[in-house]
Amino acid sequence: MRILRLLTGAWSWLFLLFILIFFEVWSHVTYGRTFFGNIFNAQSILLAATQILMMALGLTFIIISAGIDLSIGFIAGLSAVTMAVVIRALDPHLAPGWSFLAGISAAVLISLIPGFINGWMIAKLKVPSFIGTLGMFGIARGAAFLIADGATVSIRNPVAREFGNGRVIFDLVPIPVLIAIIVTLTFHYLLSSTKFGLYVYAMGGNYASAVRAGVNTTRLTIIIFMISAFTASLMGLFYTGRFSAGAGDAGEPILLNAVAAVFIGGASLTGGSGTIIGTVIGSLIIAVIQFGLVFINVPPFWQFVAVGLVIIIAVLIDQSRDRLTGMSGQEEGA
Amino acid sequence: MKPLITVDNVHKHFGGTYAARGVSLELYGGEVLALAGDNGAGKSTVIKMISGVYQPDSGTISYQGENITGKNPYEVRDLGIETIYQDLALADNLDVGINIFLGREPMKRRLGFIPVLDRKTMRQEAIRALKDLGIVVNDLSIPVRYLSGGQRQAIAISRAVYWKAKVLIMDEPTAALGVPEQREVKELIGRLKAQGVGIIFISHNLNDIFEVSDRILVLERGRKAGERLISETDEDEVVKLMMGR
Repeated sequence: MRILRLLTGAWSWLFLLFILIFFEVWSHVTYGRTFFGNIFNAQSILLAATQILMMALGLTFIIISAGIDLSIGFIAGLSAVTMAVVIRALDPHLAPGWSFLAGISAAVLISLIPGFINGWMIAKLKVPSFIGTLGMFGIARGAAFLIADGATVSIRNPVAREFGNGRVIFDLVPIPVLIAIIVTLTFHYLLSSTKFGLYVYAMGGNYASAVRAGVNTTRLTIIIFMISAFTASLMGLFYTGRFSAGAGDAGEPILLNAVAAVFIGGASLTGGSGTIIGTVIGSLIIAVIQFGLVFINVPPFWQFVAVGLVIIIAVLIDQSRDRLTGMSGQEEGA
Repeated sequence: MKPLITVDNVHKHFGGTYAARGVSLELYGGEVLALAGDNGAGKSTVIKMISGVYQPDSGTISYQGENITGKNPYEVRDLGIETIYQDLALADNLDVGINIFLGREPMKRRLGFIPVLDRKTMRQEAIRALKDLGIVVNDLSIPVRYLSGGQRQAIAISRAVYWKAKVLIMDEPTAALGVPEQREVKELIGRLKAQGVGIIFISHNLNDIFEVSDRILVLERGRKAGERLISETDEDEVVKLMMGR
């Protein structure tokens, strides 16, 4: 029973390994060269995974707590636009470094506001998170396009460009990837090793038990929605840095991939399970599929089909884990 | 011997409904007091006033001679009066050790300065706590939802005992359990008694009450209909008291 549980728990690692080998072999057979050995390919996949991961990181906390955050796509857009607008306004007056700093600070701070409101609505007003964040999805979307005046805001700031496109450590690691690694390790520590993280699991597993144990669930809910907004805002910063332009819909196409990454990583819709490591693997799986399919000349729309299939497989495996061990969480609920 | 809990003439009403009308009781260490009564007789109201969930309109509640009327549920629990709820209040997705420590987790330092949860200590202490109560759980690393109802009940109880509860209030502890598990819980109640814990036991099942209790207090529409030593009464008399005759 334990071995089965371990195997079903490790399937996402095995699946990632499998698709890596699959694309590598395909590349050798068809083109006679390496796929992942190519540093440009590896960097592109990691950058794509970073985009997904930034949105999925904070979302992992929310989904473990048995909630959902649909607003992060447009919170990322709000962040991207705010950064671009501030830098554009300040560039004529300040050194590029200072206007960049002002831009990212303003973007992160503004993004925390919808995160706070989300948490407050859900914890205090008892609005279901699906509905509450759907409302915020619309509000953040409108705010992002209003700030940008409905257009894409381009900038010419060398620091921002370096932030989005530069590489460090022997010119190998893209800066966004490095930042993502640091942020991921921090949140991994928070979720796996602190009381804060434990209470997120407790709240998702049995809300009443967390309350009875003395957990301040209101504060906890507000904090995790602010974390979700924070990591989404980082995605927006990377976007504006990378393209030297901020757009209101910068993050929206990533939202569903981020949700998928969390579930592929082993989280359950009913809450109480999921890990940061799992979410990292989930993000990598999606990025590899997207990039790999393009690489082997499959029409890009097949990406959606492939990612969709992986989500369904992930959920089936998650369910079979309970079935294999002889019990289901829901039936036990009584 | 002084009583652990003294409830003195408490009243409680909700709108026009009088849930408790002058109820008094005493609970001593090492005894099981059964609260019996039909639905709506006021059993839950009385235990919720003891555990601090409700405040009585009048009357007092004392713990070891000290007046604790008006304290909130957390303060009452910290005094050593624990309530085992029907739904067990376990976090089903977490393991046994964490469930025993939830809200009071020990920490340790990694690399000398990073505070992290001390899962090892929690697990070891959980093994000890369960062993003290004669409970065997094979795999402590799995989420408690994979354990049987009886084991889960045992974990909820051992959490209370680990944190030095002197009074346990058990609301229908056997209601959701199969027959063998009911027996386990009843045996556990016997061992707790032997350790000097005072237990208030609510049940609809008269067989259970007669099996585990020392005394029985029957409530009827918010009033005390009678109080008997189990050895000096029988089911017929209790049923008559419950029906107000």
